[in-house]
Amino acid sequence: MKLELRGITKRFGSLVANDHIDLVVKPGEIHALLGENGAGKSTLMNVLYGLYQADEGEILLDDEVQHFAGPGDAMNSGIGMVHQHFMLIPVFTVAENVMLGHEQTKGLGRLDLAAARAKVREIGSQFGFDVDPDALVEDLPVGVQQRVEIIKALSRNAKVLVFDEPTAVLTPQETDELMVIMGQLRDAGTSIVFITHKLREVREIADRITIIRLGKVVGEAEPTATNAELASLMVGRSVELTVHKEHANPGEAALVVKNLSVVDAVGQLVVNSVSFEVHRGEILAIAGVQGNGQTELSEAIIGLQERVLGSITLDGQSLVGLSVQKVLDAGVGFVPEDRNVDGLVGEFTIAENLMLDRSSNAPFVKRGSLQLSYLSTFATEKSKEFDVRSQGIQTPVGKLSGGNQQKVVLARELSRELRLFLAAQPTRGIDVGSIEFVHKRIVETRDAGVPVIVVSTELDEVTALADRIAVMYRGSIVGIVPGNTSRDVLGLMMTGEVPHVITTTDDSEGVLL
Amino acid sequence: MSDLNSTGIDTGVPNVTQTLDSSGPPTATQHERPDSSNGLEKTVVTSWKAPIAFLAFTIIALVLFVILGRDGSSTFTLSADNDLIQLPDVTVPARVTGIVITVLLALLTVFAYLRVRSDRRVPLWASALLGVLFLIAFLTWVDAGASLPVQVPGLLVGTVSLSVPLIFGALGGVISERVGVVNVAIEGQLLGGAFVAAVVASITGQPLLGLGAAAIAGAAVSFVLAAFAIKYLVDQVIVGVVLNVLVIGLTNFLYSQVLSKNAELLNSPPRFDRINIPILSEIPIIGPTLFRQTIIVYLMYIAVAAVYFALFHTKWGLRVRAVGEHPQAADTVGINVNGTRFWNVLLAGAITGLGGAYFTLGSVGAFNKEMTAGAGYIALAAVIFGQWDPIRATLAALLFGFASNLQNALGIIGSPVPSEFMLMLPYLLTIFAVAGLVGRSRGPAASGRPYIKS
Repeated sequence: MKLELRGITKRFGSLVANDHIDLVVKPGEIHALLGENGAGKSTLMNVLYGLYQADEGEILLDDEVQHFAGPGDAMNSGIGMVHQHFMLIPVFTVAENVMLGHEQTKGLGRLDLAAARAKVREIGSQFGFDVDPDALVEDLPVGVQQRVEIIKALSRNAKVLVFDEPTAVLTPQETDELMVIMGQLRDAGTSIVFITHKLREVREIADRITIIRLGKVVGEAEPTATNAELASLMVGRSVELTVHKEHANPGEAALVVKNLSVVDAVGQLVVNSVSFEVHRGEILAIAGVQGNGQTELSEAIIGLQERVLGSITLDGQSLVGLSVQKVLDAGVGFVPEDRNVDGLVGEFTIAENLMLDRSSNAPFVKRGSLQLSYLSTFATEKSKEFDVRSQGIQTPVGKLSGGNQQKVVLARELSRELRLFLAAQPTRGIDVGSIEFVHKRIVETRDAGVPVIVVSTELDEVTALADRIAVMYRGSIVGIVPGNTSRDVLGLMMTGEVPHVITTTDDSEGVLL
Repeated sequence: MSDLNSTGIDTGVPNVTQTLDSSGPPTATQHERPDSSNGLEKTVVTSWKAPIAFLAFTIIALVLFVILGRDGSSTFTLSADNDLIQLPDVTVPARVTGIVITVLLALLTVFAYLRVRSDRRVPLWASALLGVLFLIAFLTWVDAGASLPVQVPGLLVGTVSLSVPLIFGALGGVISERVGVVNVAIEGQLLGGAFVAAVVASITGQPLLGLGAAAIAGAAVSFVLAAFAIKYLVDQVIVGVVLNVLVIGLTNFLYSQVLSKNAELLNSPPRFDRINIPILSEIPIIGPTLFRQTIIVYLMYIAVAAVYFALFHTKWGLRVRAVGEHPQAADTVGINVNGTRFWNVLLAGAITGLGGAYFTLGSVGAFNKEMTAGAGYIALAAVIFGQWDPIRATLAALLFGFASNLQNALGIIGSPVPSEFMLMLPYLLTIFAVAGLVGRSRGPAASGRPYIKS
């Protein structure tokens, strides 16, 4: 089915998320929609899927104008979507999830689960993936959940399939498998829209590429275009694709973690007997697919986890059982993985956020009262140093872009005397310009002799920054390997396999995008 | 994590580079993991709650039934005079029974201790057995030397009677919470139903019309809840509490200003007759308890079964649960989230309203100020104790009904326990049940959270 979008415009208040976007996707092609976070890709697809109503413009399927009042209409017209955050109900079985919304029933209005199971098996066998229709979705690994999403769309005879950032949660191997599935779907005549910000994937699978920046189409490209060309179109200027860093000169071990386990509320070992050391002046990256215990590990170090076994010592001082305040006082700087939840108070100003973790004593508080003039000097200085672009230090942090918010967090954490710097997902959801800046500061922190831990699910970031890489899988560390270990090996380790031969790449400068 | 490591070795990757260099695209199933669960290794968080509670009961039993044991014998009557099949009365010596049961309780405590020590859960049947044994000992102790026997059929019939509004309320609560709206307004729906049923049945002389009107009244209270919670996004718990206070105030006002002045016309509803179901009603103990009831109670049996079936086996139920668990996912498959919520909250109110009618058309026979007396809150507790499942919530409601009725039964025998203390029993049980036994139970994920389409 041919999909055409003409002049789609969508505004949220004064923000124009989509500005007269035109897009044509031919039957049997994979059309990549490339753009940075916040460029308006997801908004466009939500308009297509009927979740949002466009303010202007029209959607055509096989040259017929469509009017979608809701996702139901879009689905009936043959549009299917594999959402970035899976739209699956965790406590339902695969079959129930697939049938939801177009249920078949038999006598007395009973659900016809047998038919739904057969459908799941039929579509599964067609594309060579074997999904148990009676498994509860919450028990399935993410990669399989994504297949359930695909089955769900195909069970409604989707002719146009939208994949919204489908690889964000996958291991490199699962990504390869997804590419194969997308190829099969294309060969079966499905039109595919592939939304992503990862150049590697686009060049691998796409037939055509449309690039979106700030809500506008800024160009089309062939898959043969180079990374640099695509990146400069996406960002709007030429970007430095590599992180410059010298070889590390590690000092003695500063942070020593021994047999650390974290037990969750139902008794699962979300971190399972983990041991590692971080030396002064090195970056240890903790890699792994989201949800393999990295979050809990970093929270355990900072003192946010309740049930912690084992030991964590920083320069000889034990951190286990200390309050978060004490851990911070011990010189730990922490960039939490979700800055909106844990890192910042959205309604507070930049200045207030900059002193959040030092609200108990001098220099910000004297005799119980805030030292506002000192705070304002400090905030102005730090905003400048960390290139926080805003209307001024009195701007609420919630009004800033993701990249600028992250710079505020970084400014706060790096303006203390640090003995350990722990950054979790430091570049998640921020623009390329800010990514460059954040990476530069992390490397500078390392060069100043501070031990650094970077927790990241982005393999590119891991290989770009790390001096050593610890790969986590199901709460355990699969292995700790040199920073120049090849992506393929890291990918295998992320699935829990311990490679016998470690292959490494020669270049010491990692590639960013 | 040894099993996970061995998975890697079993799959056998002798030389990684070789595998990766192997030509041809990977097939989709190449890396399919053999196990499809994310089951992490577990350590059992041992909970000593159960053995400690068991021990407490054993000690109470020891003190009450053995040390402070009363002499004489206790009699349990199992049949009423007009029953077809007559069971003989059971008479037991009180002190001996107390000692025997205390020993049994001690054994159960040891069993629970051993279970927990070997990192296993204490099974539910052990708790149930403990409860039943303790209850028998307690009744024996109370009745020792008393002139009146313990009327077992009366105890059970009263339990069902007191449970009817609780069960209807719990069903309403289950539906409402399953669809994602916390229903604190059960109390208001019950009271509204009771009031309107009394008035309509009195005026028309038709209890069935009163019953229908009660459902409408319950739905009307729900309408306010739904409108504020779904349309205006007001905090659901607050709306619920306010509604309860509003209905109490409104019915109190109307009762004192209108009903009590025209009691003949407006507050003397005809009550439903008891219908004895042939054969079934003659089964000893069970018959009088379950099958000599009014039409509202039979309606309740149907409602429990129907709600259970519909919730877990029909399209309606699937959608209701989907909306309560993950509204956005439901939206993306074309389900109207707020519409589904709205109509089902109304349905929940209607079902609860039927329970309200039981006060005026089934048991009491006239409307009184605040006659629901907190039944709605106990029904809410039954929803949570019953883990949002219609059948379990019904059982929980029966348990609470039994606790309320025990107080009545003991009053008749002449209990050595002060009646004020027994009045506390159902509420005490509610607190223990919800706080202690359930612990962390998982409700519908989106319950209480409004769905705002971004």
